[in-house]
Amino acid sequence: MFLKSIRLESLYVLGILIVTMSLLSPYFLSISNFLNILLATSVIGILAIGSTFVISSAGLDLSVGSVMGLAGVAGAVVMNQLELNWIFGILACIIAGGIAGFFNGQLVTRAKIPAFIVTLGMLGVARGAALLLCDGKPIYGLSNEFLFLGQGRPFGIPFPVIIFIVVALITHYILASTKFGKHTLVIGDNQMAAVAMGINVNRHKVKLYAFSGGLAGLAGMIFTSRVNAGDPTAGLNYELTAITAAIIGGTNLFGGKGSIIGTFIGALIMGILQNGLNLLAVQSYYQRMAIGAVLILAVWFDQINRQKN
Amino acid sequence: MSFLEIKDLSKSFGSVNVLDRVTLSINKGSVIGLVGDNGAGKSTLMKIVTGIHKPTSGSILLEERELTRISTSEIRLLGIEMIYQDLALARQQDISSNIFLGREPVKKLFGINLGLVDKQKMDKDSIKIIEDLGAKVPSVEYQAGLLSGGQQQTIAIARALTFSPKLVIMDEPTAALAVKEVQHVLELILKLKSEGISVILISHRLNDIFEVCDRILVLRQGQIVADVIKAKTSMNQIVSYIVGAE
Ligand SMILES: Nc1ncnc2c1ncn2[C@@H]1O[C@H](COP(=O)(O)OP(=O)(O)OP(=O)(O)O)[C@@H](O)[C@H]1O
Ligand SMILES: [Mg+2]
Repeated sequence: MFLKSIRLESLYVLGILIVTMSLLSPYFLSISNFLNILLATSVIGILAIGSTFVISSAGLDLSVGSVMGLAGVAGAVVMNQLELNWIFGILACIIAGGIAGFFNGQLVTRAKIPAFIVTLGMLGVARGAALLLCDGKPIYGLSNEFLFLGQGRPFGIPFPVIIFIVVALITHYILASTKFGKHTLVIGDNQMAAVAMGINVNRHKVKLYAFSGGLAGLAGMIFTSRVNAGDPTAGLNYELTAITAAIIGGTNLFGGKGSIIGTFIGALIMGILQNGLNLLAVQSYYQRMAIGAVLILAVWFDQINRQKN
Repeated sequence: MSFLEIKDLSKSFGSVNVLDRVTLSINKGSVIGLVGDNGAGKSTLMKIVTGIHKPTSGSILLEERELTRISTSEIRLLGIEMIYQDLALARQQDISSNIFLGREPVKKLFGINLGLVDKQKMDKDSIKIIEDLGAKVPSVEYQAGLLSGGQQQTIAIARALTFSPKLVIMDEPTAALAVKEVQHVLELILKLKSEGISVILISHRLNDIFEVCDRILVLRQGQIVADVIKAKTSMNQIVSYIVGAE
C-alpha cells in the first residue's frame, strides 16, 4: 500500500543520486553520513509535508520559511525574555506557526484572495514580525531541555530525525486513510464536487493552512534548538526547497493528488543533493541554483507525462 | 401539505435575475419533468434546493422543514440527492471514493474513532451498487476520470442512490448515454417512483420526459410558465411554452 502511492520516477532519481554520490565521494556511503542527511532533511521535510497537504488541495503556501523563522523567535522570546519553561517554548513555536497559517486560511477563504498572493504577503509579514520581535538580533542561550529537541541523540539517532519520521508516519495515514485526507484530495481535484457533496470547503482549507503553519512552527522549533538561537533569518528560502520536495514526491501542482511517503522521498532527494554537493565542496551559490532548477525540471517532466496520458 | 414546497423563490447573481418568484409543489412518489431553454434557470433552481446556492428570497420546505437555511450536507442527510449536470466527480480519485464522497464510512481503531475511512466496505458496497444498476466498470479502484462518459454518469447515478434518498434530482442524466443506457435510466426512474421516491428530471429530450413524468414544469427566463399534467398536454404544447409562443 506504501508502494502504490510512490511515484516510480522519484525512486529512480533517488537510486541514481545515491549511486552517483557514492562513486564521487568515499564519505557518502556510511551510516553516520546517512543520519546526517536525514538530520539535514528533517526541517525541510516537515515543511514539505505541510506543503503536500496544501498543494494537493490545489492551494499553495509560500510563507512556510518565514513562518518557521517567526515561530523560532517566538519560542525563544517566550523562554528567554518571558522566562517560561521549555514546554511553553515548544507550544509557542507551534502555536505561532498555527496562527500565521490560520490567517492565511482566513484570507484565502473569506477574503477570497488567491493563495499565491496571501502567502507571498505572509512571507513578508512573518519575516518582518520575526525581526521586530527580537529587534533583528538572534536570541542566544536556550535551556538544555529545549536543546535536546534538536541536538539530543537517543540511541544514537538525532532527535529531529525521530520527530520527522513520526510526523511523516502520522501524516501519511491522515492523508491516505482518513476522511480529512480524502476530502483534502477531493477539494484539490474538483472543488465544486466537494461543495456539492456537502464538504465544508472553506473550513477545511483554513484547517489545512493552519496545519501547514503549525508544521512550519515545529520545523522552527527544531531549527532553533539545533542552532541554540531564535534566529529571525531562519528558514530563508526554505519554501523553495519544501515545495520542490513535495512536487518531486508526486504531489499534483494543480491539486487532487499527493502522498506523504512520496514527499518523504522527495525531501530525501533534496537532502542528498545538498549533502552530496557539500561533500564535493560545491559552492553554496550553485546549490541554490540546483534546487531551483530541480523544481522547474520536476514540473516539466510531470507535464510531459500528463500530456502523454 | 406536499412533500416539497417551493414558495416565491427568487435568485439573482449580482444584477442578473436568474429566478423570479418560482412557486411549485411536488407530491411524494411523483416524477416531475423540468424543462426550459438553455439558461432558463433549471440547474440554478435545483442547486438552491440542494443548498449549493442560497436564494435571494423565498422558501423551500421539505416535509415542512425549511431548507434554505441549512447546509448541503444536512440537506443530503434529509434525503435529497442530485445528479449534477457536470456530474461533480473527483476525476483523480477512484470510483468507490466518488460514490461515497462526503459520506465515507469510518472504522474504529482500538475502539477509537480516528476518522479512518473503511475502504474495504466502500469497495465492497460500490461493487454491489454498480452491479445492481446493471453497469460495468473495470474495477472500483479505477480513477473516475479514466472512465467513459456513460460510465461516469453511472457513477454519479450510483452515488445519488446509495443512501436511500427521498427525492432524487437528475440534471440531464442521459446526456452522455447510448440508446440502451438511456432506457436503463428511464426504467430506473420508474422503479424509484414505485418505491415511493420522488424524482425531478431535467432534460432537453422531450421524448424521455413524456415517457416517465407525471407532471411537466416549464421554466422560461426564470419564471414557471407552465405546470401541466402529462396526460393533458402534448409535446407541441410544451415546445411552445419553452420558446414562449404560448
Ligand atoms: N454561479 C453563477 N454566477 C453567475 N451567473 C450564473 C451562475 N450560475 C448560473 N448563472 C446564470 O444563470 C442563468 C441560468 O443558468 P442555469 O445553469 O440555471 O440554466 P439551465 O436552465 O440549467 O440551462 P441549461 O439547459 O443550459 O443547463 C444563466 O444565464 C447563467 O449564466
Ligand atoms: Mg443546466
